[in-house]
Parts: sequence; C-alpha cells; structure tokens
Amino acid sequence: MFNSVMNAPPFWHNGPAPGAFYNFPGASTTPQDFRQHSQAPVTTATSIVALQYKTGVVIAGDMLGSYGSLARYRNCPRILKVNDNIILGAGGDYADFQYVKDIIEQKIIDEDCLDDGFKLKPKSLYCWLTRIMYNRRSKFDPFWNNFVVGGIQDGEPFLGTVDKLGTAYADKIICTGYGAYIAVPLLRDAVEKNPNLTKVEARQLVEKCMEVLYYRDARSFPKYQIATIDETEGAVVEGPIDVNQNWNLAHMIQ
Amino acid sequence: MSVLCPETPAPGFSFANCKRNALLESKGFPVPKATKTGTTIVGIIFKDGVILGADTRATEDTTVSDKNCEKIHYLAPNMYCCGAGTAADTEQTTQMISSQLELHRLFTNRVARVATANQMLKQYLFRYQGHIGAALVLGGVDSTGPHLYSIYPHGSTDKLPYTTMGSGSLAAMAVFESRWNPDLEEEEGVKLVRDAIAAGIFNDLGSGSNVDICIIRKGSVDYRRTFDEANKKGVRQSSYRYPKGTTAVLSSKTIDVEVVDVTVHPIEPEHMDTA
Amino acid sequence: MSLVQPEMRPHYPDYATAPTQHHFSPYADNGGSVVAIAGDDFVVIGADTRLSAGFSIYTRDQNKLFRLSDTTVLGCSGCWCDTLTLTRILTARMQMYQQEHNKVMTTPACAQMLSTMLYYKRFFPYYISNILVGLDNEGKGCVYSYDPIGHCEKATYRAGGSAGALLQPLLDNQIGLKNMQNVGDSKLSLERALAVLKDVFISAAERDIFTGDSILINVITKDGIQDYSFQLRKD
Repeated sequence: MFNSVMNAPPFWHNGPAPGAFYNFPGASTTPQDFRQHSQAPVTTATSIVALQYKTGVVIAGDMLGSYGSLARYRNCPRILKVNDNIILGAGGDYADFQYVKDIIEQKIIDEDCLDDGFKLKPKSLYCWLTRIMYNRRSKFDPFWNNFVVGGIQDGEPFLGTVDKLGTAYADKIICTGYGAYIAVPLLRDAVEKNPNLTKVEARQLVEKCMEVLYYRDARSFPKYQIATIDETEGAVVEGPIDVNQNWNLAHMIQ
Repeated sequence: MSVLCPETPAPGFSFANCKRNALLESKGFPVPKATKTGTTIVGIIFKDGVILGADTRATEDTTVSDKNCEKIHYLAPNMYCCGAGTAADTEQTTQMISSQLELHRLFTNRVARVATANQMLKQYLFRYQGHIGAALVLGGVDSTGPHLYSIYPHGSTDKLPYTTMGSGSLAAMAVFESRWNPDLEEEEGVKLVRDAIAAGIFNDLGSGSNVDICIIRKGSVDYRRTFDEANKKGVRQSSYRYPKGTTAVLSSKTIDVEVVDVTVHPIEPEHMDTA
Repeated sequence: MSLVQPEMRPHYPDYATAPTQHHFSPYADNGGSVVAIAGDDFVVIGADTRLSAGFSIYTRDQNKLFRLSDTTVLGCSGCWCDTLTLTRILTARMQMYQQEHNKVMTTPACAQMLSTMLYYKRFFPYYISNILVGLDNEGKGCVYSYDPIGHCEKATYRAGGSAGALLQPLLDNQIGLKNMQNVGDSKLSLERALAVLKDVFISAAERDIFTGDSILINVITKDGIQDYSFQLRKD
C-alpha cells in the first residue's frame, strides 16, 4: 500500500530526533494507551530532607517543579504546616501532591468545624496516608509521591514517610529521592556522633545537605523551604531560603 | 603445526562462541552472571599527592562472593588504579595496561606519566564500546605533579581533584562535597577518604567490609591494605564442629600397595639466568 | 473504524520517538529474613530489622514481628506495603473473632485464617514470605510457613525471606539433624534454639546484602512472650 518512500531509511542517526531534544514526560502516548491511568509523573519535585532532633522535627525541600529535564516552575512550595501538630513535605508529582494537599486541608477544616478540641495527630495522618497510597497503588493508579510527615505526638517528636506504593516507616532520618543517596549518609554519620541534636544543629545539618544536594542533583534548585516543629515554638514554615553556594573549585579544574 | 608446538592464539578476545551463546540464550539458557564489585571507590588530591580508597566487598547478584577483595590495583610504581564494575574486567584491564606502562617506561627511559595511563585506558575501553565493564579511578604522581582521573566503561574520562565511582559513589561524594578543600594535609586526607568509603560501606548495600587506602606521594607509595576494619564479624554462640563418626561410611575397600623398588634422585637447584 | 489500520500507518523513523513510559510496579522488594524454631514447650522467632529497597537502607530499626495474640506471632518479609496491609487486616480479624466468640483465636486457627486471607488475593497476591509461630492446643511449639498465595506448611523450624534459601539447609542440619550419624535425638533446648537462631543470622548478615543491622527475637512459652534484640553487622 505504501511505497518505499514512506519507509525510507532515517535521515540521520545517533542524535536527538527532531523535536525531541528535550525529553518531556508523557509527551507521546498513542491512542491505544487510553485505558492506562496516570502512569508517569509530569511536573515533579525532587528530594525531601527530614531530620528528627531532641525535641522536634525539621523538614526541608527545594522549590523547583521540573518538567522532565526542563526546570519549568521555580516557585513550587511543597512543605506544609498541616496544623499545630503536623508538618508535611512531599516529593514526586506536583499535581498529585496538590490534590492530596487539598484533601488534607479539607480534613483540617472539617475537624475545626466540629470544634471539639480534637486535633489531627501526626501518626493518624501518617497512617491515613499509607492507606490512600496503598489503595491507589492497588488500583494501578498511584499517587506518584513521597510524603514525609513530621510532628509532635504525646510530647514526643515523630517522623515518618510514605511512598507511592504505601511503603511506610518511621525513623529519625528520612530523605526521599536523591536525598536518600546523598543526604542520608551525611545525616546518619552526624546523628551517630551526636544522637541528641539541638534545633540549631539539626537546621545547620539540613542546610548543609541542601547545599550538597544542589551540587549533585541535576533536578534541584538553590531556593528552598524549611519547616520546623517542636513544643516550644510550634510549627513554622520558613523560606524561601537561598542555598549557600561555593564554586571556588570550578576555577581549579583545568 | 605439530601437537608439540601449538599455534600462538591470535591477540585480543576470542569471539568463537558468540553465535552459539546467542542461540543458547534464545533457547532460554542464559549467560552465567559475572562477579560484580558493587563498589565504593574514591580518590582525592591532597597537598603533596594522591590518596585512593576502596571498600572490599564483591557481590554476585545479592550475595557477597568475596568479603575481602582487593580493588586498588597496581599500575606502575607511581600509579595505582581503583576498579569498580565487572571484577574480571577491572582486574585484566589494569594488569594489561600495567605491563604496557612498564614497556613504555623501558622504551622511553622515563617514569610513565599518569596522563599516559589515562590515554591507554580510555582508548582501550572506547574500542570495546562499554562491553568491558570497568569503571576506574586512576591516581598517581609524576614529574608534572599529582593527577587523578575517573574513567568510565565507554571510555570517557574526567580529570578532577576528587572523584568517586561505583554503587556507593553518591554516598562517598556527599562526604567529599561537604568536606574536601584544596590544601588538605595527608592525615586529614586519609581521614576524609576513610569517611567517604565508610559512608559507602554503611549506606550502600553493594559495598561493605573493610577500607583499603593507598597514598601516593612524590617518590613514595604507602599501600595500607585493611586500613580500617569497619565491620567486625559477629561472635558465634556455639560450636559447629562435628564429632568423629558423624559422617556415614557407606562402603570401604582396601587396596594393598606392594613396594617393588625405591630409588632416590638428588636434584640440584638451578639458578635463573639473569645475565 | 479508522480508514487506516494501525499497522498500515507510514513509518517516519526520524519523528517516531518511543513513548516515555514510566514502568509502574505495585510491588517492591524490601528484603529481610525471618527464622523460626519450635521446641516441645516453646517456640522462638527472629527477624532482622533492616528495611531496604534496591541498594539503599530505608531504616535500620524496623520490627517485622507482629504479635497477634499472647501465643501467636507472625514474622513477615518481602513487600513492606503488603505486610503493613495484611497485618492490619489480620489484627482486625483477630479482634472480630474475639468479640464474636468471646475467646482468643488459637494458633492453628490463626494459621488457617492466614492461609485463606492470602489465597483470597490469589491473582493480586500479597508479596510476603510469612512465618507464623505459636503454641498449639497442647502447648507445643509450632511453626507454619506460607508462600505468597496461601500454601501453608506446618514445620518445626523454617527460614524465610531474602536469606531463606541460604539458611534452610543449615537449619536442616543443625535442628533437623539431617545427614548425620550417631547424633541421637536429644530434645532441643530453648538455649540451643536461641544460640542457633543468633548464629544463623550472623551467617546471613555475612553473605546476604539485604540482611543485617540487628535482629529482634520473640520467645513464646506458656508464660507469655519475651523479646530480645541482638546486633548484627551494619554494612
């Protein structure tokens, strides 16, 4: 039916295809895929770095929304104060995060309307997140996120994480994305040497991690937010903060 | 050619079994897995030389195949090379380049330069288009000072003041990015390299066991095998020795040996001709 | 019906980029090993505390033993999100049983229920290697091991999880006293069981990259459940 012109050999080899120099996510889907659910993240956020110190928790994340390899949105906050007990950080698909965030915010409003004095606690939110994430993965339509929940429950700090499958665990050190490979070794070493970190020490450590991540994670950004929570100062989200960069080394490489 | 004098094999790799193996693979008989050194290897430049470091775990898939392997290979008296990736490839590649460097030294009558080794390695690896799975950290000191290169399996190279490779490279690089500076003393440098390797050992499942370190200064080398035993093996609670008679003897048969004659030939030691 | 059949469409190689597909797998292998040994009036179960994914360690301190009743403990390894879900449903089912029948579910009953619950998910299984231990109706220690889709086998000792294949032959020899002569059949003591349990985990941590950090041990006797922890290598 079609002659050989239609099946001509490629014009050139071994280079980017025309119009495909940047690998935009989800760019080409063929009609037979229509039944598949959102199986790929689109606008994404990178690592979350979180650390539990003696009396509270600190969570940090940069403000870049990447569109594949394109640094598309540069002002995407993804660290939340959920209520006075809970702070939340998220990585992965930004749209999925905003959707879940809206549900959580509605939960908090509903709870405030009851006015019974009860407030959502971090372990409850953490547990609820494991269920919604596991339910969506079981429908093969996951929320493409990593959530990090921090807070104070019964006077004790709590730090836990949930990924897109519903895999959940609590630990003193939690980092997602590239942070799991780059920030975790630094934090584990520091916590091993000093198990009872103060808030100032914890913040300094997390700031150092954000700097190192900016050097090595190609999807990171030198502008980030930090949230801290403890009993004395409550839940506070700070930022945007600039990464303290040092590129002296660049002049030494011949 | 007679049987007594076999033909010299053609230089380079033999591809004789490639077609057969492809056929076997298509029939569901896969190629056996090669030992990989899911590794942490690092190198830094300090004030008066280069320090290389490596962990000592070798893995076959998810099991540890060697708990104390050597990943810092000798290249020349002034040059060493850490290897990550396929164990056989790193071992053979460094050995081959090492002998070429020695010939080069004898031919030119000069101490081989690190740049030369780098060029030889990258040209060799590029020729095989990444099929030789060797990821290397090459370090050494020559007449032009200390040099450190990282060489990737496809033949690309980097010349950097500090570098890491292998599955633990991110953990080790995090340590360097937060602590390296251009005028490190030797002692500080060794500590930094140890900590970088330890970060790989404890945070990367592909790396483990001990820390090996090699310090190369102008005119001297200090190879510290098992510089730090980062992990001690657990102490067993009970003994697992089998008492005599535990193994069943299914059958036994005695063969008598009859000594017919005994002769003794003294052998004179022969000295190698070194003239 | 379209005019052009999909396979008849012209092929423009220069413009045909493969769809960027992120492969989604609902399962993860989070590693970990479980070992259980039963005696005449006790049963011990141990699980390592390393939770991992790929080549990285999520946490060094994850309990993988779940107390279902005063005489029943479940040890899980494999896909952690499935473990969380399964154990939550199990706890709920234990509670429902108690409230309905006004008695605590026995270990053999629990073993049967677990099998049923796993088979219920036959075509979308819980990817877990389960080992359930407890005391049976006569107070004897018992071990039940499962495959992910609910095949249940009663045994007196069992190793499961990432180092399961590595440890089972060792247990066959040391606890099952297989392939040995003149070893008698002296009763297995609790001390010996605990010692072997710790020693096999030392061996597993040497050779299996997914097993390490430490182990948590539960000892079940008629007097209740006691826990112990034991450090392993951390690399």
